[in-house]
Amino acid sequence: MLVDGIIVKLEESGLTGRGGARFPTHLKWKMVKEAKAEKKYIICNAAEGEPGVFKDGYILKNYPQEVVQGIKLALGAIDNSTVAVSAYIYLRKDYYQRFKEELEKLTKSLPITLFKKTGGYLAGEETSLLEVIEGRRPAPRIKPPYPPQIGLFGYPTLVNNLETFYHVAQIAEGKYKKTRFYSISGEVANEGVYEFPEDYTVSQVLKETQNWPDFRFFIQSGGGASGEVLLPDELEQTVRGQGAIVVYNRQETDLFALMEKWVNFFLKSNCDKCVPCREGVYRLAEMIEKRKLDKEILDDILFVLEETSFCALGEGVVTPFRSLISKLRDGLGLKD
Amino acid sequence: MSKKIKIKINNQIIECIEDQTILEVAQENGIDIPALCYHSDLSVKANCRMCLVEIEGRDGLHTSCSTKVEEGMKVITDSPKIGRARKINLELVFAQHREECNDCVWNFNCQLLKLAKKHQVKIARFSDRKNDFPVYQFGPSLIFDSSKCIDCGNCVEVCKKQQANFLETEERGHLYRVVPTQDKNKDCIYCGQCIVHCPVGAFEAVGEFEDIEEPIKQENKIVVFQIAPSLRTSIGEEFGLPYGEVVTEKLVAGIKKLGVDKVFDTSVGADFTTFEEAKELIEKLEAGCGPCLSSCCPAWVKFVEFNYPEFISCLATTRSPQSILGGLIKTYWAQKEGLNPKDIVVVSVMPCVAKKYEIQKEELKIDGMKPVDYVLTTRELAHLFVKHKIDLVGIEPKEADAPLGIPSGAGVIYGASGGVVESALRTAYAMMTKDNPPEVEFKKVRGMEGLKKAEIMMNGRTVRIAVANGIENAKIILEELKRDPRKYDAVEVMACFGGCIGGGGQPVPADAKIRQKRAESLYQIDAKNQNRLAHENPVVKQVYKEFLTTDEIIRKICHTSYSKKEREVKV
Repeated sequence: MLVDGIIVKLEESGLTGRGGARFPTHLKWKMVKEAKAEKKYIICNAAEGEPGVFKDGYILKNYPQEVVQGIKLALGAIDNSTVAVSAYIYLRKDYYQRFKEELEKLTKSLPITLFKKTGGYLAGEETSLLEVIEGRRPAPRIKPPYPPQIGLFGYPTLVNNLETFYHVAQIAEGKYKKTRFYSISGEVANEGVYEFPEDYTVSQVLKETQNWPDFRFFIQSGGGASGEVLLPDELEQTVRGQGAIVVYNRQETDLFALMEKWVNFFLKSNCDKCVPCREGVYRLAEMIEKRKLDKEILDDILFVLEETSFCALGEGVVTPFRSLISKLRDGLGLKD
Repeated sequence: MSKKIKIKINNQIIECIEDQTILEVAQENGIDIPALCYHSDLSVKANCRMCLVEIEGRDGLHTSCSTKVEEGMKVITDSPKIGRARKINLELVFAQHREECNDCVWNFNCQLLKLAKKHQVKIARFSDRKNDFPVYQFGPSLIFDSSKCIDCGNCVEVCKKQQANFLETEERGHLYRVVPTQDKNKDCIYCGQCIVHCPVGAFEAVGEFEDIEEPIKQENKIVVFQIAPSLRTSIGEEFGLPYGEVVTEKLVAGIKKLGVDKVFDTSVGADFTTFEEAKELIEKLEAGCGPCLSSCCPAWVKFVEFNYPEFISCLATTRSPQSILGGLIKTYWAQKEGLNPKDIVVVSVMPCVAKKYEIQKEELKIDGMKPVDYVLTTRELAHLFVKHKIDLVGIEPKEADAPLGIPSGAGVIYGASGGVVESALRTAYAMMTKDNPPEVEFKKVRGMEGLKKAEIMMNGRTVRIAVANGIENAKIILEELKRDPRKYDAVEVMACFGGCIGGGGQPVPADAKIRQKRAESLYQIDAKNQNRLAHENPVVKQVYKEFLTTDEIIRKICHTSYSKKEREVKV
């Protein structure tokens, strides 16, 4: 049967979620398919809210048909004809405005609804977006239960990143070449989105796009806020998270200004639910604004963010600061 | 049924039920895990990140409130890593919470301070982020000092459960904070459940504890106290006594030691309420004109007046026990004693903050006088005792004063959910059949469940009863009555969980188990009482014979009126 066919094909392809968590796609689909309920939901997540990440917008512009095809395949795979399955495309506000018309044309006869996202970055976290669609303020839910078990309005829900659906369509047609999309920005000559094999290293991506800098630099790998800071000799590794590379000029970048940009992003986009993320980020912002880092407080805050945050966003705050501070400490006036 | 499994906590083998969380199992087994945002009445929010544990085979730290036990699970509740995380998170909590320890409902039992000591927390490591956050007052009942709030969300949740939806969160400058709503269609009902569910004392009663001396410092006045049914089984907690310990006479002795002239018992007022409410119930039964809704809980009355005005005509017009007793003190008793009622100051000690609202109602005034002049909460009285170095535990017991200090057992069970309707049924039965009920205990209406329903045969007809505690449950009944006004004959509602024993003026902490113990003790007092029927209380008989002799005077002292309310709280 074609329905089972696609899940088997997903398994064979080794496709993992492109939202950054890299959960095997076929397992998620299986869980939702096998869950017993009279209603199920599919959500295509195009919330894309982190600085430096803009590949979903690129895919929407260039491959909307493939995305809708991927959702259609999910509808088919999960439906066993006794279950009502419908889908949402959960779109960042500007994406909604830009692509509404085109997407409506493509989804006309399908049980697919376009949803205009409210709220910031966190509203893209998979349980927070369920809260938003249900009409509440974005804040993550306790897991378990996971969305495939109890998701939107209490029903099993498949949440996949938009790019994942694109690749599903590729897989169904036998065109999938284990690629992914890379968003490249910062101090580069050729800013943009590029499709390359998923096992490409940072250095390969930069070189093949003619973006390898001819100045002293460092990069952020994964996202322009939560990504890890890497030095030029650390670039023989694959790109993390959502596939973003941001290039910074080491000489000219004001590190405090950069950290301020990150921390203000987190301050603005976190949900204020848990103590370490709400209060920790606030204190981090306070310290960075004063341009005076207290090593002990910094260590303590990053420790509780990493170890005790409610959701992945809180953990995600740690990476950029810890990597920047350990690698570029001479620029921060830190002793010891 | 859920499966029984075994887990290990700190190397101790524990049998538990599969569906439980680690925190629940730990608490049941006396293993201490600190938890601030957790309250067994509410949903698990897991936002304070304090109840952290380590689990063998799993990476990192886990919140025990949100992690379910599994067969063979091995849990560690303390380690250097856990300790460090708790310490830092506590410091961040203290950075939100402006300390005012001398004026706090938790002052005897503050978890934050205990944890601070245990983890050697630097409570002033960070500047208080909320120093300039406002203090709000909700009517004459509640104070919300938002500079103490730690954003756990318990108050917002409990306010929603109470159907008031008065507290909400609002984003200002990238940070959410708890605020009273601006919405004109929502208002505080003064139940005070926010107080007893706040882990850090951001809520308190108006005047708590600054104004507690005022009632006993009345120059040239006769100060008369009345004590509510429920506090006799709860105030002991403030002095380290076990939950549910009965301290009626010690309580009276303590109040007398404050220099108070007379101590009466609100349960006697309850006997009058019972008598009048039973009459109303019978009238309504005979007229077949729909349900009789209880009205001694002022938070519930406010809820109806504001949210369901179409049910105002169903509310019993009988006054609450404190109002009837206050009225009798200033009329009947004053006359008997040859006192000028204007020289009498009546102070109620109540488990409740809505009672502070009730006493200022114009419609309760008798000849221009308020029946009750001051309301102190259970907590405030305990504080007053401490201030005056009155040791409730060791004090020589004293009886309340005659004649308004000796209640029936029926008047005492008023403090627990179901108690009001049970008392009324005992008396209504006698009124209808001219015979006392063969069994005085109406057990179907007892218990801590939020919603109880019963059918009772009286004089050849079925009386359909619904009892709710918690407005969430009361709303279910109102919605049922909207569809079918004949569904119930008698409805009792107490706004607070478990009834007044779980009131907003009661000691903290309070949860289902604690409320259960407070309630059980009230029923024991009733069971031991020689007189368990309101209408047979000698003082009730006497007062009806000597004083409440005409409809007019009965209406004046024992009944009131209600009206549709607009929003009262200004913020």
